[in-house]
Amino acid sequence: MIALLKRDLALAVRAGGGFGLGLAFFLIVIVLVPFGVGPQAELLTRIAPGILWVAALLAALLSLDRIFALDHEDGSLPLLATSPLPLEAVALVKGVAHWITTGLPLTLAAPALGFLLNLQPSAYGFLLITLLVGTPALSMIGTFGAALTVGLRRGGLLLSLLVLPLYIPTLIFGAEAVRRGADGFSATNALVLQGGITLGVFAFLPFATAAALRVNLR
Amino acid sequence: MMPDLGKYVVEVLSAYAVSIVLLLGLVWVSVRAARKARETLAAVEARKEQRDG
Amino acid sequence: MSIWEYANPKKFIATTTPVLPWVMWAAAVTLVVGLVWGFFFTPDDYRQGSTVKIFYLHVPAAMMAINIWVMMLVTSLIWLIRRHHVSALAAKAAGPIGIVMTLIALFTGAVWGQPIWGTWWVWDPRLTSFLILFLFYLGYMALWTAIEDDDTAADLTSVLCIVGSVFAVLSRYAVNFWNQGLHQGASLSLDAEENVADVFWYPALVCIAGFILLFVALVILRTHTEIRLRRARALETRMRA
Repeated sequence: MIALLKRDLALAVRAGGGFGLGLAFFLIVIVLVPFGVGPQAELLTRIAPGILWVAALLAALLSLDRIFALDHEDGSLPLLATSPLPLEAVALVKGVAHWITTGLPLTLAAPALGFLLNLQPSAYGFLLITLLVGTPALSMIGTFGAALTVGLRRGGLLLSLLVLPLYIPTLIFGAEAVRRGADGFSATNALVLQGGITLGVFAFLPFATAAALRVNLR
Repeated sequence: MMPDLGKYVVEVLSAYAVSIVLLLGLVWVSVRAARKARETLAAVEARKEQRDG
Repeated sequence: MSIWEYANPKKFIATTTPVLPWVMWAAAVTLVVGLVWGFFFTPDDYRQGSTVKIFYLHVPAAMMAINIWVMMLVTSLIWLIRRHHVSALAAKAAGPIGIVMTLIALFTGAVWGQPIWGTWWVWDPRLTSFLILFLFYLGYMALWTAIEDDDTAADLTSVLCIVGSVFAVLSRYAVNFWNQGLHQGASLSLDAEENVADVFWYPALVCIAGFILLFVALVILRTHTEIRLRRARALETRMRA
């Protein structure tokens, strides 16, 4: 499993792996928002947690179709399926790899972008925590979506349509936790629920992902 | 004959109008698709008869 | 006589074709009776005024929107476990019906709230949940149409339906949580569980029955279409081989 993880990480970081693309997109979206809603500091402060979350979510979306694309193109997907590693474990590793190369960088970059949107000082910590807890779910859900659409021409758009609604619970709890925490209210409920979703997602989506892969490999 | 809808004429009538249009549209599309499917299958089966028969 | 006998596509068509006209007529009559009764022959509500008449469209449509998804879930499971093609095709056939029902529920729900909230749309938990359900329906149908091979499409959409169902339930709770902090000011709930007087409830029951019959008629008709198209595709492939 570790070997597969290392291989995927190496692939992602290499040129053409799209590693920095997600971060760049994250930055661009955040920069666009004030142009769209106006530069009033108060307004930006109010919407900052939500915007940061949505932008991170969209940036995570960008690299999803790559999860299985390379393996599909060079024919190594069937090999992965017949390896001694169960396909469910492969799915899990793919999800983790995507998080390490996309979700984690986005999480770490978010506070830096927060100041562009005049994020409340009290919100920074909550932003980090919620993204840390939530982005793995985004990656695993995205891996499931990628497995459904692997090999489809122009599967990227369809992938977004399938995956974005599934992101809604994580987004809601994540953004709510940041807002409540920043305002001094208890963010525990939201965080616990978000954590529950992430754990649940990692517990059962690898099975659905493997099922989808098997179907597509027939 | 029309009941007095008071100040909510627009709301009630638009709700009914849109719903009925959507339902009728769905029925029409479904009926048309069913007819086309029957014709398509008949055509394909006819060609198959010609070839095998 | 097991119900699984009807899982055979040909037998399904043969059995349901004579029944179909009856169901269609029953649906039409029931719907007309229900809606006419509700629209013309019921009083206004002292709080909602004449907008209570929207109840006869919104409640059946909302119920169908959810129940159709449940039907799709069940038929998807039957397909995955027992590989009956009629089941998979019935799920595909039901999808667009569910979409229309969800749209009606959304539109009537929003319009119903307009006099109370003053806007044409509010992010009230129920409406928002239906909006999310609408997105799930769209994704489901999009996946069906994107995949060429019938069996692959059936399998993948079934998996999506199952995963989607879990997330749909999850989203319902998330949306309620999300809307907690908002001052809605709506002491008037759009929920049908509020105490509804008989004079409103009986025509509503008729409308619900009408919507159910309409769904049954349409899903039978549409499943026929899917079965025929699938058979035509299979024949084409065999002839080309």
